[in-house]
Amino acid sequence: MYTKRSKTELAQRVAQDIFEGAYVNLGIGQPTLVANHIPTHIEVVLHSENGILGMGPAPESGAEDYDLINAGKQPVTLRAGGSFFHHADSFAMMRGGHLDICVLGAFQVSATGDLANWSTGELGSIPAVGGAMDLAIGAKQTWVMMDLLTKKGESKIVEHCTYPLTGIGCVKRIYSDLATLECTPHGLKLIDTVDGLTQGELEKLLGMPVMT
Amino acid sequence: MIDKIAPNIAHALAHVQDGATVLIGGFGTAGIPNELIDGLIHQGARDLTVVNNNAGNGDSGLAALLKTGRVKKIICSFPRQADSFVFDELYRSGQIELELVPQGNLTERLRAAGAGIGAFFTPTGFGTELAKNADGSPKETRRIDGKDYVLEYPIYGDLALIKAEVGDRWGNLTFRKAARNFGPVMAAAAKFTVATVHRIAELGELDPETIVTPGIYVSKVVKINHVATQAGGLKSA
Repeated sequence: MYTKRSKTELAQRVAQDIFEGAYVNLGIGQPTLVANHIPTHIEVVLHSENGILGMGPAPESGAEDYDLINAGKQPVTLRAGGSFFHHADSFAMMRGGHLDICVLGAFQVSATGDLANWSTGELGSIPAVGGAMDLAIGAKQTWVMMDLLTKKGESKIVEHCTYPLTGIGCVKRIYSDLATLECTPHGLKLIDTVDGLTQGELEKLLGMPVMT
Repeated sequence: MIDKIAPNIAHALAHVQDGATVLIGGFGTAGIPNELIDGLIHQGARDLTVVNNNAGNGDSGLAALLKTGRVKKIICSFPRQADSFVFDELYRSGQIELELVPQGNLTERLRAAGAGIGAFFTPTGFGTELAKNADGSPKETRRIDGKDYVLEYPIYGDLALIKAEVGDRWGNLTFRKAARNFGPVMAAAAKFTVATVHRIAELGELDPETIVTPGIYVSKVVKINHVATQAGGLKSA
């Protein structure tokens, strides 16, 4: 028997691997939660693609400044040492490999690290990509944070993505509610599973082998 | 004497031509030049191509410009939003063309235009649907030192509409917090740049070390009113 990691536990698991001095971009949605769990004894600099380094938590009610928002367009604060810059510089930081870690959500990830997280390719839907493709391929390490299975129980880790790609071979690690895995050119490598979930059971859920 | 201060928005936008490519700054609630967009609606130029990160929200600003039917094409990274109903309807009924560009490629294409770069190879988008031209043909690619890149071309603007914080009569600009976003890049990418500011400084008053956009990139500066929040930012933009 095993229990899935809750959203908070998953955010804590990701935060545990963020290191002192890291420059980190947390994607919109679930990855944003990671910020709440970064250990207080280390200094981490959060980047927001709309031109902020040193982003802090949400302001107190009434102190919102709508010139100071994150990529999800929510009001944020600036920490001491923070800075502002224009969009081309902000994306140069990503594309130029200056960010240490970027944490993104995903629809699908392939065992070798291909990412699909911007479009389900549904007919008639209006496409929108934002900074997803730049983030995916830019950071030194791209981590994905997601449920391992879809609501129908299908694995979101696949041999080949069937949804439109965001980037090729760009995901280094997958943090999921059931296991943490590394994507390598040779396939998945196990980092950890939740208590009680065996490697065999995990492989069955994934429908593919996992290296140790 | 150089004096780029315009008495009002109508004056600054008097010569916008039909068919112009208009670069519009802003991201989320920060740095959207709504006053200038309203001025452009009033001015009446049509057959416009608009470049913005999004495709308008609600009924005002860029959405209101789209609603006039004077925009034939939009180049942006994220058109679909909870309240982008004006764009959604135009797009679904085939009344507006969309060129979807990853945000970093969008800003770098603008930067290239301002910097005189003919085209550039970017890793962003390689191997994806966005590495295709409008007709579905693949964009040019190249492997350089073992890494794959897509060739992307500049986006030149005839006009840039941006929102800054303080400006002087030479057109030097400073910005406020994350309202800077696309402003400096678009200012350089357009032939004619109009910036709104909340304050006009005397020449020499702005610290040269902190001027973000030098006046060489700016054509007109117009002062607008500031609706401050407790923290000093704008309440609605």
